[in-house]
Amino acid sequence: MGLLVAISIFSFILISNSPVDPVQSYIGAEISRISPEQRTNIEEYWGLHRSKPEQYFLWSKAVFQGNLGESLIYRKPVTDIIWERFSASILLMGIAWVLSGVFGLILGILAGMNEGSILDRIIKSYSFILASTPAFWFGLLVLMVFAAWLNWFPVGLAAPAGSLRGEVSLADTFKHLFLPVLTLSIGGVASIALHTREKMIEVLSSEFIRFARAKGLSGMRLFWRHGLRNISLPAISLHFASFGELFGGAVLTEQVFSYPGLGQAVVRAGLGGDIPLLLGITLFSVVFIFVGNFMADLLYVVIDPRMKTKQAHD
Amino acid sequence: MENISIPNKKNKIPLLEVKQLSLSFPQYKKGFEESYIQVIRDFELTIYPGEIVAVVGSSGSGKSLLADSILGILPENAAINGTLLFKGVALTKNRQEQLRGKAISLIPQSVKALDPLMKTGRQVQGIIRDKKDKKRIQEEAFLKLGLAPGTGDKYPHELSGGMARRVLIASAMVSEAQLIIADEPTPGLDELAWEETLSNLKQLSEGNRGIMFITHDIQAALKIADKIAVFYAGETLEIANKEDFSGKGEVLRHPYTKALWLALPENDFKVLKGNQPESEDVFPGCVFEPRCPIATGLCKTNKPDSTMINNGITRCFYA
Ligand SMILES: Nc1ncnc2c1ncn2[C@@H]1O[C@H](COP(=O)(O)OP(=O)(O)OP(=O)(O)O)[C@@H](O)[C@H]1O
Ligand code: SF4
Ligand SMILES: [Mg+2]
Repeated sequence: MGLLVAISIFSFILISNSPVDPVQSYIGAEISRISPEQRTNIEEYWGLHRSKPEQYFLWSKAVFQGNLGESLIYRKPVTDIIWERFSASILLMGIAWVLSGVFGLILGILAGMNEGSILDRIIKSYSFILASTPAFWFGLLVLMVFAAWLNWFPVGLAAPAGSLRGEVSLADTFKHLFLPVLTLSIGGVASIALHTREKMIEVLSSEFIRFARAKGLSGMRLFWRHGLRNISLPAISLHFASFGELFGGAVLTEQVFSYPGLGQAVVRAGLGGDIPLLLGITLFSVVFIFVGNFMADLLYVVIDPRMKTKQAHD
Repeated sequence: MENISIPNKKNKIPLLEVKQLSLSFPQYKKGFEESYIQVIRDFELTIYPGEIVAVVGSSGSGKSLLADSILGILPENAAINGTLLFKGVALTKNRQEQLRGKAISLIPQSVKALDPLMKTGRQVQGIIRDKKDKKRIQEEAFLKLGLAPGTGDKYPHELSGGMARRVLIASAMVSEAQLIIADEPTPGLDELAWEETLSNLKQLSEGNRGIMFITHDIQAALKIADKIAVFYAGETLEIANKEDFSGKGEVLRHPYTKALWLALPENDFKVLKGNQPESEDVFPGCVFEPRCPIATGLCKTNKPDSTMINNGITRCFYA
């Protein structure tokens, strides 16, 4: 909560000191047509003549009442836009998140189990390269290959252009999601795979695996009994804590694929000087990332018996 | 299954025979030239059913690797040589795989050998082959070792070091093992737990089981072992009988064993100067030569062979 207040103040200061003129954003190109009196009226109506702390106070009071204000470019309440956009984004982010977690875990386990082998080296270099590849660059590459050259998937949007809501088939949704999901999950796969690989190597050289082998366990039985739990726990937690990167990746990916999600909205809000929307989405993303981190901590407490008793002792 | 129940020890087939065991690891030095470091050299040991044989050696002498060699769980890059026989039959890789956890059981050195995310009871139950009765067998073993009821429902981090050790001993107890390798089961225990652990080991040997008791604690070895193998820098310097450790150590064969004996508090407390050589160091002569009070020129250049003296084995020119 303290974090939320701090971030809201910080972004408020940043934005209100930026050269963005909200009146101009609102009126658009017709700004030259309004008289100075009209302009003062608008400013007064919005409270722009008040001091900055006063403005912040009024804004945060409204936020507490669940009112994030009205978007200047969409001419709709900010909360409506966030929900509408977020439901599109969550589909993209959710699928990408699950896929990158599952594949990252599998690749990491394979690499760690065969440390030093060719397979390991391939997975490792693949992950290192992907971890350092910006999402938008990869997105463009994917677009060029699969959409422009091979024509397998649409170039952008969440549904065929011109189709109405409710008319979009599942196959169409899937087709439009495929490339953005691919782009977005790629980065996540790399970090989970590398992390899991390290953990796998550590677990394999641990005393309890040596003992389990001395007890006659080997192969898959050894892995199921003593390996998987010890490896997946830190991986799942790390994956939840990566909500921030997921969100950042979504902003770029949605931009590349003109996917109408929250990420795209934030870019338009920023470019269009839509202060209420920008602040609203900032706050929302902070909450989103916080939820991820909170889940990561919570999960540790729920799954890891070592944490449970530690808490009981505190 | 082979079954040995001949009471006369002399005619018994040994449970475990280790002959001329050597173990080395490849080591990469500058210039990519491959070389080997030898961690165990010409190791010899025989264990009969019902016998406790202590392997006494200081830290880093290769004791845990010896255990791994017998169980067949060495790291893949280890190069092993020599003969291992279990009940007179060669211990091949395949046979090791079949026997470990069943006929041969390990009590590991570290309490970290327990899986941190699994309840201790389940970890012990996993070894029991009688699937219907495993819970009862595990609980009985815990009780016999003085672990309170309910210990099986705890996770390893909830146990004290002494309790965790007893859980590890329980896992050997519930196994059908004829040979138990106990790798340093006593360090870090208080007086009482130390005594208890030793009597537990003694108890384990009573069902005609053979026990290889790895330790650096010579007092613990003397308390329960029948034979004591003195391990130094990867070699067996002496295999002595328990009775040989008496008086000023006159009956002991090797200068190192004598020094160990005299270093005990109830004797002279005379501690030998210097350290065990590193496994990288190669000696053309006797490994103990740098610290030996009676070394001669011969010891510097020639390696003494194992010889049988007075019902024990030693590796010294002047024993
Ligand atoms: N995988 C390996 N590669 C190279 N050297 C190794 C390897 N494992 C162990 N060693 C070396 O072998 C030597 C013997 O190790 P080991 O663990 O068997 O000693 P130990 O007698 O059990 O010691 P401690 O009393 O501390 O348990 C050590 O010097 C160690 O550095
Ligand atoms: S062989 Fe020589 S150096 Fe080695 S123990 Fe005997 S007397 Fe000492
Ligand atoms: Mg050891």
